[in-house]
Amino acid sequence: MPDRHYYTSLHRSMVATVILVSLMPMALITLIGGYQYTAAYKAKVLAHLGEIVRKHEQNIDTYLLEKVAEIRVLADNMGVSCFRDENKLQRLHQTLMERHGGDFVDLGLVNEHGMQVAYSGPFRLGEADYADAEWFREVMKRKVYISDVFLGLRGVPHFIIAVQFHSEGQRWILRTTIDFVAFNRLVENIRIGQTGLAFIMNRNGDFQTTPRLDLNAEIPFLKRLLDETENKNGPRLADGLVASRIAENPATGRETIYLSTPLKQGDWRLVYQQDATDAFSELVQTRNLVLFVLLLGTIAITFMAVLLSRRMIKRIKASDREKEMMNEQVIEAGRLASLGELAAGIAHEINNPVAIMVEEAGWVQDMLEEGMEKDGNLDETRRALAQIRTQGSRCREITHKLLSFARMIDPTIVEMQLNDMVEEIVGLSSQRTRFANVQVETVLAEDLPTIAASPSEMQQVLLNLVNNAVDAMEKDGGTMTITTKRDRDDVLMTVADTGCGIPKANLQRLFDPFFTTKPVGKGTGLGLSIIYGIINKMKGEISVNSAVDMGTAFTVRIPSSSANQKEERQGNE
Amino acid sequence: MSDKATRVLLVDDETGFTDVMCKRLSRRNMSVRTAGGGSEAIQILRNEDFDVALLDLKMEDMSGIEVLQIFKKMVPEMPVIMLTGHGSEEAAREGMQQGAFDYLLKPCDFEQLLAKIRSATKQ
Repeated sequence: MPDRHYYTSLHRSMVATVILVSLMPMALITLIGGYQYTAAYKAKVLAHLGEIVRKHEQNIDTYLLEKVAEIRVLADNMGVSCFRDENKLQRLHQTLMERHGGDFVDLGLVNEHGMQVAYSGPFRLGEADYADAEWFREVMKRKVYISDVFLGLRGVPHFIIAVQFHSEGQRWILRTTIDFVAFNRLVENIRIGQTGLAFIMNRNGDFQTTPRLDLNAEIPFLKRLLDETENKNGPRLADGLVASRIAENPATGRETIYLSTPLKQGDWRLVYQQDATDAFSELVQTRNLVLFVLLLGTIAITFMAVLLSRRMIKRIKASDREKEMMNEQVIEAGRLASLGELAAGIAHEINNPVAIMVEEAGWVQDMLEEGMEKDGNLDETRRALAQIRTQGSRCREITHKLLSFARMIDPTIVEMQLNDMVEEIVGLSSQRTRFANVQVETVLAEDLPTIAASPSEMQQVLLNLVNNAVDAMEKDGGTMTITTKRDRDDVLMTVADTGCGIPKANLQRLFDPFFTTKPVGKGTGLGLSIIYGIINKMKGEISVNSAVDMGTAFTVRIPSSSANQKEERQGNE
Repeated sequence: MSDKATRVLLVDDETGFTDVMCKRLSRRNMSVRTAGGGSEAIQILRNEDFDVALLDLKMEDMSGIEVLQIFKKMVPEMPVIMLTGHGSEEAAREGMQQGAFDYLLKPCDFEQLLAKIRSATKQ
């Protein structure tokens, strides 16, 4: 019966196999599906956000163009005289304010030297000198200019739309300030999720709108990111195209989505940013759900694997036990078979003296009928009686031998000397060997160590080997040699015959149960398989050498008692 | 039974058995020759004639069946009664197929043996 360790490791490998085989496809599907789903979902979210950003970019561009067009119309049609008159300018400004909901904060006329000639608005900026202002230099070059947001003379954030026009042989500039709050609202309205926010930035990294959150710490990072995005997408991103990127925000340390699109011919950039976890919150939820299901599945599979394996092991254990019991029965059957063979030999041996005794008794009776007084009858009777006694003793000897054999049918393991057993078996088989015309030779080592074995089982081994050897030589007789030898800590015993030998084809199957070449009813085919089982149990080995028509030699190697003890000691350590 | 003594050849390697058997049969108007083995019996059969042979099936030098086959070749008309131990009846049946007259299990009942000898010699 295999030991506990065998079943434990079997159980472990079964559990591992079941778990691996069940989890592998599940994990693979989850991984592949998850990856595909994540990629598709992210792409969809980014496309959606990009669309929002692009729409707002259009709105802002439209807003700016609209304002520029308005001023352009005024500059082209009203004539400089109309603007120079402050009253008329104020009326014009008033109308603009009414039509555009206060977007135009003020309106002013500047001559080609940068001096403000006329002004309408809340600030006292009449006759201001803009000769050094950047917007003035730009508008003189470009005809139309929208400035960045700046504090300027008035000290509040604003930006300027300026238009250059010709009148009275001079160049004039009509400029207006756009209400920053109203402009800011255009961008401020883009709010998605918890962390989504939008802002406008110029190429120097200055905010053109006030972001919902304080992003001042992130300015260098944002600038670098936008520059990188721009470089990656070619020299300059065309208006209306949205670039997206996911990067770690150094200020928050979180993965953040950045979407940017150029505004105002690339001078400004509309930027939208949102934490990735926020933008992909549904994805995170889905992922958590999948992980939860996966965890539940894993627990269920593990539980089932353990349970099923345990049940299987129980069955295997039971069937092993059954097999073991059957093996014991087979061994018992084989033992009986070999005993039967022996009994037949002994019965014959006992028949001869009994036959003599019966006839001698009959002879005495014959003489009694004739009368004892007849010459010689008395002496003859005495001789007959002596003969009966002799033959009786012969019978007694045989029964003694049989009894000592029977006494040894005991599975308990004792320390025994193999040489004694060999001699005993040779003695028991003498009748058989004599009739089969087999010479028996024994070469027994004197220094043979004892072995730990069951005498009855050893007897069975020897008896079977001897019977087989005799069977092999039954036809023409021969010589059986039994040799015992010491080989370091092992005991070697060889039973060799000069019989018919075993064909090569049969050698492999020799130790299989029920394999026999004897006619039906003659052999059970169990003998050698039983020997194999017994020797194996003793941690020994059995091997065979055979050549057809030359003979066969079975060699049994059995560890000596001292070798067994050594092994046990090592095992205990 | 005729006055002429029945000639019996007794073949067995157990001399204790052949000796006493010889004496008992001789008392009953039979002339008995004993042989201690197959080859000796064949030797004797070359020179003498017998009415019946009693043949042990288990002998050391030759098996009884082999001896029987040779007997049948030498003197096919001589009936052979086989003597065999318990448990070897199979050999006895084989002997019957080889032309033996009958067989008896050892140790045998003497009267039965006489009856078998008588019926064998009557033929």
